[in-house]
Formats: sequence, structure tokens, C-alpha cells
Amino acid sequence: MSAPSVLPSPPPPPHDEMELLLRLGDDRLVLGHRLSEWCGHAPILEEDIALANVALDLLGQATMFLRRAGEVEGKGRDEDALAYWREAVEFRNCLLVEQPNGDFGFTIVRQFLFDVYAVVTLDALARSANAEIAAIATKSLKEAKYHVRHSGEWLLKLGDGTEESHRRAQRALDELWRFTPELFAPDDVAARLAAQGIGPDLPALRAQWDTLARDVVERATLTVPQNASHTPHLHGGRAGMHSEHLGHLLAELQIVARSHPGAKW
Amino acid sequence: MTDSLASAPTREAILEILDTVKDPEVPVLSVRELGIVRDVEIDASGAVTVTVTPTYSGCPAIQVIEDDILAALTAAGITRARVATSYAPAWTTDWIDSDARAKLKAYGIAPPGRAESGALVQLLRARKAPACPYCDSPHTEIRSEFGPTACKSVCWCRSCGQPFEEFKAI
Repeated sequence: MSAPSVLPSPPPPPHDEMELLLRLGDDRLVLGHRLSEWCGHAPILEEDIALANVALDLLGQATMFLRRAGEVEGKGRDEDALAYWREAVEFRNCLLVEQPNGDFGFTIVRQFLFDVYAVVTLDALARSANAEIAAIATKSLKEAKYHVRHSGEWLLKLGDGTEESHRRAQRALDELWRFTPELFAPDDVAARLAAQGIGPDLPALRAQWDTLARDVVERATLTVPQNASHTPHLHGGRAGMHSEHLGHLLAELQIVARSHPGAKW
Repeated sequence: MTDSLASAPTREAILEILDTVKDPEVPVLSVRELGIVRDVEIDASGAVTVTVTPTYSGCPAIQVIEDDILAALTAAGITRARVATSYAPAWTTDWIDSDARAKLKAYGIAPPGRAESGALVQLLRARKAPACPYCDSPHTEIRSEFGPTACKSVCWCRSCGQPFEEFKAI
């Protein structure tokens, strides 16, 4: 095969676009699964329903992003194939979302940190030069906005609540804050996508996230870990290097589909 | 093969059929009234494409709605039909018109207010609880922003003591 001699400013290689779609889809698939683990176990009925609702929204968003990833890849894999038949090293989610639920406060802090990240990311992607990504982001942003209102209000209640709720929320923040630099860690894929106006500008997102997240944390009378910039930052999720927790999560998520390939229900 | 003899369905006929397809979770509203149906196309050969947009991205009713649309078309003799999905423009409750809102209220679901567009992180819920669909009292409260389906929140009327659902504005 010979390439045409002149190419009008070529579209980005599908690899980058698929990579972005997997990052967006896998964050939501994994966090949606984590939240679904609360079903039947939340502290009050309303909260059980709320966490299940948020989980469902995240799974729906994951479906849209992963379906598009499969289309872009062009090898006939749909969203189910990508969710059920990839191994942990092929997942591109950030490490934050795979962390186990812990207590309710831990789940809320993890959710809040992610929800703020989701609204700033989706808001930026709603203006993406890629029309398919912009459409999915615009739709998902509507849901992310009420997700962050929910987790943010809980953060205020827990942080500015009883001595015990404050202690637990602070403990969760101390544990989870170190996973947040990964959300904005630059790499070649992100840089190329940002240059093409397809992906978000990560330093700008980070500044926006920092302002929004710190504002609520402070109003909740909680303290951002002082030594956060000195602790070793945890990276690797976007390149498929995950904590041991992801393998266990995937075992549960994938077991039925793998035990009964092609089953319909 | 006799179906090439049948005359091609008209767009109006298809829309009438779609008026009979109800939302499985809110059976007083048709998929058209909810704003889920975005387009109907009939190509030169008479094949029909109905374009729908999801309400909430994870709404489990979407698959049922697609199946129901195809079943209704098939029952009317239109077998060469498919359902396509579109995400833009994103669905909003602002597409539900006043007649449909009256039907929701009569069914016991408070209709949605205007969809808000504003700050990315909007805390400390300031929004007003909707009037009670049973007694019209404004003395109500939101018990939970999340309800039995993605599209509804749970409220309570302080005047008549009736719990009720609200169709969330989005």
C-alpha cells in the first residue's frame, strides 16, 4: 500500500483517542462498581438509594465512553467486551477510584475528590474538538454536577459534624489526597490530545480542581494534608500499573461474564 | 416477498405509533412527550430509523424503550425499522411540554422545574421543594435527591402528610 503524497492535516492517530476514552470509561466503570458494593449496606436507606443511583449514572457514562472506544479501535469490541474481557494491566483508570470503600466517610471523601475532578474534566471536554467526546461529556456533566453536590454536602456534614465524623473524614482525606496528583499527571498522550484541542489542558484543570476542592474542604473544617507535596505521589493507573485492589474488583466484576460467555439476561 | 408492495409508511403515521409507546417507569407519558424521540427518517426504500436520546446515561429503561418502539412498529406492519441513539443535544426536562407536565402531576409526580445551568460545584441545596401534586400545598420538603428511579427525587408534603416523587430538572 502506498500512502497518498499529500495529507490534509491528518486526524490524530486512533490510539490517543482510544486511550482517552478508556481513561474516562474505566474511571467510571471501576468507581461505579465500588459504589455498587454499598448496595444494601449504606448507613441509611436514602443513602443506599443515592449511592446506587450515582453508581448507575457512572456505569451509564462508562458504557458511552467504552462503546465509543470500541468504535474508534475498530476491531469489533463493544463496551461489554472491553469491560469483561480485559485484564487489570489493560485498565486505564486512576488509582483513586480502585481504592476499597472503607467506612462511609472514606467513600464520601473518595467520591468528592473524584466528583470535582469529573465536573472540571467534563466541562472542558464539552468543548472538545472531537464531536463524539464533546457530546458524551455534555451529557455526563449534567449528572456529575448533582453527584458533586451530593458528595460535597456530605463532606460538609461529616467534617463539620461530630467529633467522630470529623476524625474519620480527616483520616480519609489524609489517606486519599496523595492519589490526586495522578489525576493531572502529564504524559505524551495527554499532551498530544491537549495540543489538538481534543483532550483537556491538565495544568489548567488542576488549578481549577485545586480551588474548588480546597474551598469545600476548608468549609468542612478539614485540613488538606500539609505534607502532601512531600509524600511520594502514586502514579501508574493510566499506564496499567494498578494497586492489588483492582484485580480483586475485576474478579468480581468479570466472573459471571467469563463463566458464561455470550450469556444473555 | 410481498412487503415491497405495501406503501411506504409516512412520518406522521410513525409519530402516531410512537405516541402509543409509553415510558416503562412513567407510563402516563409517551416517549415523544418525554422528548426521547429526536428524529424519524424514512429512506427511499421505506426503511424507518427512529433516533432516540437517553434521559439518564445509566437509565435501564432505555433498552426497554428501544424494544417497545420496535415492537409497536412491527405490530403496525412496519418491519424494516431500527432505533439509533444520539447524545447531542443532551436530553433536558425542559423538553417536557405543559400538557405532559399536567399528566405527570395528575399521576402524582411533581413536574420538573427549569433545568439549571450554573456553577460547577453548587453546594448547600438552595432549590425550593416542588408544590405537592396531591393538595397543591407549597409547604413541602425534599427528603432525598435520589429516588427509586434516576429521574426522580423523594419529597414530603407537610400539609397533607403525603410522600411524593418529583421529576428532577436536568
